[in-house]
Amino acid sequence: MALFQRKRRNILPGFGLSMGYTVFYLSAIVIVPLSMIFFNTIPMGWEPFINAVTAPRVLASYRLSFSTAFYAALFDAVAGLLTAWVLVRYRFPGKQFLDALVDLPFALPTAVAGICFATLYSPMGWLGHLVTRFNLQIINTPTGIVIALIFIGFPFVVRTIQPVLEEVEQEIEEAAHCLGATRWQTFRKILLPHLFPALLTGVTLAFARGIGEYGSVIFIAGNLPMKTEIAPLMIMSKLDQFDSAGASAIALVLLCISFSMLLLLNAVQEWQQKEYRS
Amino acid sequence: MNFDAIKKIALSATLILASGIPGTFAEAAGNVTLLNVSYDPTRELYQKENAAFTQYWQKKSGQTVVINQSHGGSGKQARAVIDGLEADVVTLALAYDIDAIADSKLLDINWQKKLANNSTPYTSTIVFVVRKGNPKQIKNWDDLVKSGVSVITPNPKTSGGARWNYLAAWGYKQKQTGSAEKAKTFVKALYKNVPVLDTGARGSTLSFAQRGLGDVLIAWENEAHLILKEFGSDKYEIVSPSVSILAEPPVAVVDKNVEKHGTRKLAEAYLNFLYTPQAQDIIAQNFYRPRNPAALKKYAASFPKIKLFTLGEVFGNWRSAQKTHFNDGGVFDQIYTP
Amino acid sequence: MPQPEISQSHPSVEKKRISDPRSVQVLLIGLTYLFFTGFIFLPLGLVFSEAFGKGWSFYLEAIREPYAIEAVKLTLLTVAIVVPVNAVFGVSAAWAITKFNFRGKSVLKSLLDLPFAVSPVIAGLIFVLLVGSRTPFGSWLGEHGIKIIFSTPGIIIATIFVTFPFIARELIPLMEAQGRDEEEAALTLGAKGWQIFWKITLPNIRWGLLYGMILCGARSIGEFGAVSVVSGHIRGQTNTIPLHVEILYSEYNFTASFAVASLLVFLALLTVVIKSGMEKHFQKNSFHL
Repeated sequence: MALFQRKRRNILPGFGLSMGYTVFYLSAIVIVPLSMIFFNTIPMGWEPFINAVTAPRVLASYRLSFSTAFYAALFDAVAGLLTAWVLVRYRFPGKQFLDALVDLPFALPTAVAGICFATLYSPMGWLGHLVTRFNLQIINTPTGIVIALIFIGFPFVVRTIQPVLEEVEQEIEEAAHCLGATRWQTFRKILLPHLFPALLTGVTLAFARGIGEYGSVIFIAGNLPMKTEIAPLMIMSKLDQFDSAGASAIALVLLCISFSMLLLLNAVQEWQQKEYRS
Repeated sequence: MNFDAIKKIALSATLILASGIPGTFAEAAGNVTLLNVSYDPTRELYQKENAAFTQYWQKKSGQTVVINQSHGGSGKQARAVIDGLEADVVTLALAYDIDAIADSKLLDINWQKKLANNSTPYTSTIVFVVRKGNPKQIKNWDDLVKSGVSVITPNPKTSGGARWNYLAAWGYKQKQTGSAEKAKTFVKALYKNVPVLDTGARGSTLSFAQRGLGDVLIAWENEAHLILKEFGSDKYEIVSPSVSILAEPPVAVVDKNVEKHGTRKLAEAYLNFLYTPQAQDIIAQNFYRPRNPAALKKYAASFPKIKLFTLGEVFGNWRSAQKTHFNDGGVFDQIYTP
Repeated sequence: MPQPEISQSHPSVEKKRISDPRSVQVLLIGLTYLFFTGFIFLPLGLVFSEAFGKGWSFYLEAIREPYAIEAVKLTLLTVAIVVPVNAVFGVSAAWAITKFNFRGKSVLKSLLDLPFAVSPVIAGLIFVLLVGSRTPFGSWLGEHGIKIIFSTPGIIIATIFVTFPFIARELIPLMEAQGRDEEEAALTLGAKGWQIFWKITLPNIRWGLLYGMILCGARSIGEFGAVSVVSGHIRGQTNTIPLHVEILYSEYNFTASFAVASLLVFLALLTVVIKSGMEKHFQKNSFHL
């Protein structure tokens, strides 16, 4: 059990206390409860498990959940970077107000957000009116899901980039400027690489959150099997058949994917930090 | 110094919050409470029934009873009871959900024989709601599969009401043609016309009425009347098909929980109360079909004559209907998987 | 993070900086406003236009209704417990992760992030699987008369789970950037462990801590999915504000539903006002620090 063991002596106190408490709390709140998902699938046996998680409808739901979460995270990357940039670098009327509203998607219950978007984009809604004129449909299509997920993931990107952008030393940019680089070159060659780890974190969190999102999506998705049925809804419908093992099986797959994504992200960052230091 | 300011603010905020808390835990002292776990569309019905029962019980026994209500999707509510929501009585959308509770030993497996009429003090059926003037001329089940007709119904996987809708459509065709194969083709064609499967009956109503989706909504009869009341009878009208299913939403006392709470007498009185003329009137006023013939006659105008078949006639019982049609790999899944 | 912004706006630190051309600024600000209009202002506008659709008196009535008040109380109680509990944990986790080197750090960090990535549906489900009455642990609790699931403790635990990473996430990068020098210096000057923490670390991280607490609070006010699974949906007892909003909406009581939802928006905005108010307060006194 060499995990979580201190590598070299460090003079600061409190390792035992803080690490002990962290591991205890983490186990009680996260690890033990989450492991229930795993234990709950054991009685199923291997073959039913595989069948449950690879049924065509379930596969279609993974595809939908992953692709919509991906597009939404991509959009959030651009919108989040833009918002963070504007909020940190410029002064303009309403700046404080915008800054305050960035967190709104955290505070607004997801169901309310879902209802709002479904109402806005419905044929009778403010935006649905416009959209139907161009013969487009948003509600009950994957596009609708992407819109809801953009909303849900947005604060993650802004709030991870903002602090890093604030700490970027302007001298570097000035130096680049003196050396004759254009603003765009400076941004691409100097700022973007610097912001990249934070951007990656924000986007990964938005992506991971998007895969699991339920409350806001079911109102706007349409929930048609094979077409607009998201993975968390598959879990719900298994539960409604009193098939909690089947529900846990799908949950376990989603959980493993999310966790490996986070692990990869943190490993990349660790590695990058080492590079940066040396 | 500044950190102290934070501490002070945090402390006073906590104190303010703490002072507001006691109300949350206020369990009315000396009163008896009863928890009725029910499904979505019965909110309005039980609000009125509870008020009536409280009065009735006060007069009869002198006790003040507080009836707590919990509503949600029928399957979800059954699961909550199985997992420890301590319901004294359950009043759900379909017998299958109470069967599931019985399977986990919370109540007797023969629960449905304990009260009159299969333990269903009220029934309902499945009808259509269309937009005013019935622009698509929808009169009967066959009109739902025509091309260009958009049908709104919830997802049978997650909604009890949706299962009744599905079984009504199936039963209509099977009774008409005598062939299960034809019924399957019919239902398949019907779901081809469904653009959105909301997770619950109320969700479908909102899609239809508030978001303007679809030409026809398949709904409980009581919901249909409620839609006219809430969204305007100048905008929608009810179409009753020639044949539909007799939907029997059952009620039961949860044995284990009433024993634990010592509320068996009260719980049984509550459910029996639902069969009294007074309660049957309230039932009819909320557009559920009363069991009591007198009440049915009194409110005959609200309930057009529809040829109703029971679930047993066509599908045997709920367990087999659930298994063949709605479980994973069942007929409903086959409709959608190529 | 607010802290660097303070030093930037401080007159002595302020200096002429190279900036983007006016046209680029206008374009980017315009684009930001466009995005906000589509994704934030419009939904917000909808909430308020529906909430006040039947006038002030109806609005007041909706939020003064006893069930609404009980829901607000339950939500505030949840926040009042969840935020401090997660704050203590967040500081402890950040201390362990940033002040020491140990094997498996990225595993630990990933585990911290996990609740972000877990579907709210799963978050509720796991607690039902753990302490639901069908499980051995749950039935043992039941025998001893302890109710967790479908009552207030269940709601609080589920909320703790969902908002678990916010504060740690906020503190770790901050404390990583600050390094260990100050603490180590204090140590060599003879300061004790807790002294170092109270006098040096905490003042250094207070902005990040406060900010994380605000995010954590905002998220716990609004959590719907997980809470919906572990709440018994009993009116006046186990309904938080988001659940109450959903119930009203299902009752076709749209105006009241959006009125209560607007309370959530106000609560969210309130936290932000507190945040910027404190920022100003500390800015004025920053010389004394």
